[in-house]
Amino acid sequence: MSSLDALGPDVTAKSRIKPKLGSDDWIMRGYMIVLAVYLIVALALPLYAMLSKAFETSRFDLAQFEVQVSNEAGAYNQPAATLQQLNNQGNFIAEGDLATSSDGRLALTKFFPDFSFRSPVKYRLRGLNDEAVYLVGSERFEGTKPAEFDSNTFRKVVIRPIQGHGLANFATYFSTPALFQSIQNSVFIALVSTIITVSLAFGFAYALCRSCMPFKGVFRVIAMAPILVPSLLPGIALVYLFGNQGFLKQFLMGESIYGPIGIVVGSVFFTFPHAMIIILIALSISDARLYEAAVSLRASKWRTFWTVTIPGARYGLISAAFVVFNLVITDFGLPKVIGGQYNMLAVDIYKQVIGQQNFQMGAVVSVVLLIPALIAYIVDRQVQRKQVALLSARSVVYQPKPSRRFDLSCLAYCALVALFIISILGICQYAALVKFWPYDLSLGLTNYDFDRMDGGGWDAYRNSIMLALMTAVIGTVIIFTGAYMVEKTKGFNKGRAGFQFLAMLPMAIPGMVLGLAYIFFFNNPANPLNFIYGTMAILVICTVTHFYTVSHLTAVTALKQIDCEFEPVAASLKQPFYRLFSRVTVPVCMPAILDIMIYLFVNAMTTVSAVVFLYSSKTTLASVAVLNMDDAGDIAPAAAMGMMIFYTNVVARLVHAVVSRYVLGRTQGWRQR
Amino acid sequence: MFKKLAGGLLAGVAVGVMSISAAMAGELTVYTAVEAEDLKKYADAFNADHPDIKINWVRDSTGVVTAKLLAEKNNPQADVIWGLAATSLLLLKSEGMLEAYAPKGVENLDPKFVDKSTPPTWTGMDAWVASVCFNTVEGGKLGLTAPKTWKDLTKAEYKGHVIMPNPNSSGTGFLDVSSWLQMFGEKDGWAFMDGLHANIAAYTHSGSKPCKMAAAGEIPIGVSFAFRGAKSKAAGAPIEIIVPEEGVGWDMEATAIVAGTDNLEDAKTLADWTVTKKANEMYNSGYAVVAYPGVAKPVEHFPPNLLEKMIDNDFEFAANNRKAILDEWQKRYDSKSEPKG
Amino acid sequence: MGQASTAETYLKIENVWKAFGDFYALKDISLQVNRGEFVCFLGPSGCGKTTLLRAIAGLDIQTTGAVFQDGEDISALPPSERDFGIVFQSYALFPNLTVEKNIAFGLENSGIARADIDKRVTELLALVGLPEQAKKFPAQLSGGQQQRIALARAIAMSPGLLLLDEPLSALDAKVRVHLRHEVKDLQRKLGVTTIMVTHDQEEALAMADRIVVMNHGVIEQVGTPTDVYREPVSLFVADFIGETNQLDGVADKKGKGVKMGKRRFASATHTHADGVDVIAVIRPEDIIPHGDGARSPGAPDKVGEPGNTVETTVDEMEFLGSFWRTRLSSPDLGSGQVVADFSINAVRRMDIQVGGRMRIEIPSDRLKVFAAAPEPDK
Repeated sequence: MSSLDALGPDVTAKSRIKPKLGSDDWIMRGYMIVLAVYLIVALALPLYAMLSKAFETSRFDLAQFEVQVSNEAGAYNQPAATLQQLNNQGNFIAEGDLATSSDGRLALTKFFPDFSFRSPVKYRLRGLNDEAVYLVGSERFEGTKPAEFDSNTFRKVVIRPIQGHGLANFATYFSTPALFQSIQNSVFIALVSTIITVSLAFGFAYALCRSCMPFKGVFRVIAMAPILVPSLLPGIALVYLFGNQGFLKQFLMGESIYGPIGIVVGSVFFTFPHAMIIILIALSISDARLYEAAVSLRASKWRTFWTVTIPGARYGLISAAFVVFNLVITDFGLPKVIGGQYNMLAVDIYKQVIGQQNFQMGAVVSVVLLIPALIAYIVDRQVQRKQVALLSARSVVYQPKPSRRFDLSCLAYCALVALFIISILGICQYAALVKFWPYDLSLGLTNYDFDRMDGGGWDAYRNSIMLALMTAVIGTVIIFTGAYMVEKTKGFNKGRAGFQFLAMLPMAIPGMVLGLAYIFFFNNPANPLNFIYGTMAILVICTVTHFYTVSHLTAVTALKQIDCEFEPVAASLKQPFYRLFSRVTVPVCMPAILDIMIYLFVNAMTTVSAVVFLYSSKTTLASVAVLNMDDAGDIAPAAAMGMMIFYTNVVARLVHAVVSRYVLGRTQGWRQR
Repeated sequence: MFKKLAGGLLAGVAVGVMSISAAMAGELTVYTAVEAEDLKKYADAFNADHPDIKINWVRDSTGVVTAKLLAEKNNPQADVIWGLAATSLLLLKSEGMLEAYAPKGVENLDPKFVDKSTPPTWTGMDAWVASVCFNTVEGGKLGLTAPKTWKDLTKAEYKGHVIMPNPNSSGTGFLDVSSWLQMFGEKDGWAFMDGLHANIAAYTHSGSKPCKMAAAGEIPIGVSFAFRGAKSKAAGAPIEIIVPEEGVGWDMEATAIVAGTDNLEDAKTLADWTVTKKANEMYNSGYAVVAYPGVAKPVEHFPPNLLEKMIDNDFEFAANNRKAILDEWQKRYDSKSEPKG
Repeated sequence: MGQASTAETYLKIENVWKAFGDFYALKDISLQVNRGEFVCFLGPSGCGKTTLLRAIAGLDIQTTGAVFQDGEDISALPPSERDFGIVFQSYALFPNLTVEKNIAFGLENSGIARADIDKRVTELLALVGLPEQAKKFPAQLSGGQQQRIALARAIAMSPGLLLLDEPLSALDAKVRVHLRHEVKDLQRKLGVTTIMVTHDQEEALAMADRIVVMNHGVIEQVGTPTDVYREPVSLFVADFIGETNQLDGVADKKGKGVKMGKRRFASATHTHADGVDVIAVIRPEDIIPHGDGARSPGAPDKVGEPGNTVETTVDEMEFLGSFWRTRLSSPDLGSGQVVADFSINAVRRMDIQVGGRMRIEIPSDRLKVFAAAPEPDK
């Protein structure tokens, strides 16, 4: 085509038509920019703040201080020396040990090996610049004003570090085995959980899809139940089942549930529905004609399974594996409750920030946690794309034929899995009602007296419902309109690509990382949005952002199914896009919109990881209350609150089902001929 | 264009939400680590005298509240801290975060319970004393004898049967560790902890959890604090509260006004109230030792010898060496990757 | 073009180029459409016909060049500021709105009284022959009915220009033929200037006042259906519209003939120098049995040209109802075989049979000569 270029007009010349933008174009672009600003403020800038925090270092600057020592008579004969000079002579502190955290303190006595607090020697201390900070006891002094101390006071003098930038935190991280070990632990747990979950979920999905067993609908509903509870609830259930006072303790044969076993079992529970639904979709789109071909070739069932079923579902399996891996490695609630001494990355962030007030190290761990999460996310996106291609190419739906033996074994298997799920939920409910486990097994409602416990009491429960409702409504509006703009705006390709990138990013960001990033960004007084810190608003923004991607993809998929010629038709009819949007697009996409709403509601009820850093006295949340009550040892009330979340989500799901049916009846009458 | 638009947007949102979140007079945001079940009682007692000031509690474990306050250093959300470990308040003081104020009647308090600066930045409420909770039922099943001293806990028979709070997140955990270092000296203190570590089944995040777990029979021995143990015992748990003979660490709960509060008048009113005799009588319902001399009455289920076993705690040592101690502790014990069998 | 120059120009396209990256989908397109005219853009897929339609609608604005509608330069206007109605292959009916709501979509919200809207909708439904379907949803109608509703919606606001983007392609063959006439009638009744994009030559021939034949982003020929059929200006047009025999040869007789093998034929005049490789094109129905006296449809009214006759063998005969299609071979006809259509009467009279011999005549004015090499892009 290069010869054509020579023939083409000089498109850089003035002759190039600059399309005039209609009012629709302006509104849509303007709105898209508004939403992009939202995503930048709610996502990109906080992440940037967190990244820069990871590179914020604290270091004792020995050149900042000068000390002069008197003789025993109190006369200052020696010249003053900076701490740096003293250290050069005596090498009291290794260069590497000067790196510290923002909370670091360094006692000055370390520079005087023959120091004695009984000595009559006196010390003159002077900061050499305005940034010099030292403490006497806990009294704080700044600047260059000189001070004199007797020996007994001098032992209480410590200097504070200065702030800088660099890689020192990463060096500290990788040289601290306690932290470094967590990478290995997290990856190990995530891998083991992934293998087990995907295998179990595959069997379950296979039975649902390929057998003629009864109660398929019931099993499907039960399999999805774990989505409705916070990930730490299975941890609590496992304490009751396999803890030292657990019913089934002997099953562990002396192994402790607190640790990797507990984390893996709990992870399998809470990731099961995610894997199951992905694999179910993959299995249900595979082509029946391949099975007919296999039968006609007299291939054995076993061979058919390996040559037809597994390859057909491979994208689903890979996708499920990465989703599970990502969920496990970024989960915080479960290892917090049942992990014991087994350190995981997500818990490390919490420990660094909450326990040691070491925000910089928390940011470093966040960066480390981002890496596996990002890889898993990227692979999953690639695979999803391929699966979509498969979906459109395939045609004939597989219809299972009854086979008594196979159906019965499927039934038995699904019943076993369902029993596992139900017993986890059941034991929580039972424990919540027992008065004083294990010494007084009579039933009562004392554990529901949340106001007497940590975590915010019944207010927390009300706040959670508020958060869930606000997230569902506001989030759906933002996400659906954003998806509409990306899908339907003409031209403006760079803007759309940028927006699309921002919309896909949240899925790769673990909740803990997002929450921490929010602290750094919003709790900065220089930030004009600082005032939302500690309000419900920041929780809503954080939760909407955290769960943006899946909702966005749901909306985009629904919008893609709409005829792309609607907008040209509306324009030719001189109708603004928003009239088309409200009269046609929204009603047609109503099922997807309701799906987004329930997804956001359920997740806002159960999420812990992001909001655990962000709630305040007025905005305590039920899911965080479960964590805090468990933390305080009030395990039964924690189980009770966890089950309240479960029931709330069940009710929300039922309402969703009823509303969906009603809305479908009203606005989707056109679907039935 | 973009910048202008973004700026306008932010300003718009700002105006909208500002009106909601503006601090209201007559309300105080109070950060606390006091047990959740007592908060209502505290607020009710205060409101009996000052019904026009509403308290909004932010309650969390000591470590979390301290972290929150430090994180908010440049933008404090709290007006008053009521019931946080003195070691934590010393940290905040060294960051210049506390308002110096001598509450009316502070002279009535035991001077040990008042910050040495003039005017003081914090005033103590009550002492909060470490103890060991021992579940007699589970201990009996396992054939354990009740430990009498800290050193007993390092005996092989207790292997896997002891739980203590992680000093990185729990104030109780930290006071245990700092008391051991003060009592046994640095070298022997760490040696003791090495031995103890071998018997520890898990380090919990909060200080009350070990005792609650002991009360629930989940573990026979929980290193916790006396107040929690007394509560669980009162609730019917088969536990014995043991005060190890070497002495026990303690911290005090204290009160301070956060520098920069929008509501200094109400904050002072609350600070004044917290040092009253009435307030101290209230503290006494859970704590055997309170700041107001002569108020303390014996508390039910409290071990009688507790007072004499409290060590002479050096809070400044604890505060200034906190990071070094925690770093060392983490290096020694937190990398334990294998679960206890 | 004679007719076009006398009528009033409604739409004028001047030197329009459209680039998609490095690829030019439209190359220097200039065209005038008269008021009330029905113009078809015809060409294979990828020829640029839809791109040109979308440029006219403002949906994909051209890279350079100008579009004037009714004297006004609309080159850069967004679709909403242009005056057109549009119908797509997919109908693009709003699935959740009833038929009447679909048609009224543009009328509502434009200051027209409710009663007037209802009246107009009823009128339009009658016009497209579906007066009973007002309350139904699109999915309850057949494809043909849906397309009529889409048409009604497009003309509801009485646009100055009606754009039809392959409107009949998704329909069954029978419905398609039927709807052709209805659309044409409706257009004539309303007198609305109409541009239809199609890849179906029959459709274009049957409906258009003028056909714009496009290929590779350029206009090959503009003319009435008879013009483009009878007088194609390029091998592409000849090949794309109707059926042709294409015979390899060499230009001859100084632009008045073609030599195939050893034989020389008189041809329509052409511009190729003697000895240049060419392709001679003759349509099957233009071949006449020599000496019959009867003439194939469209054959020139004369007895015949003895110099343009060939002795052939009948290889195959296929009865197609109204005529016979025969396959004839002769060493004198370049590549060898030609297809010729003969009337039933001619076959009977001449006693044409498979395996028999017959002499055919190739009328010189129907024998078109084009360059053999593919024509270079313009």
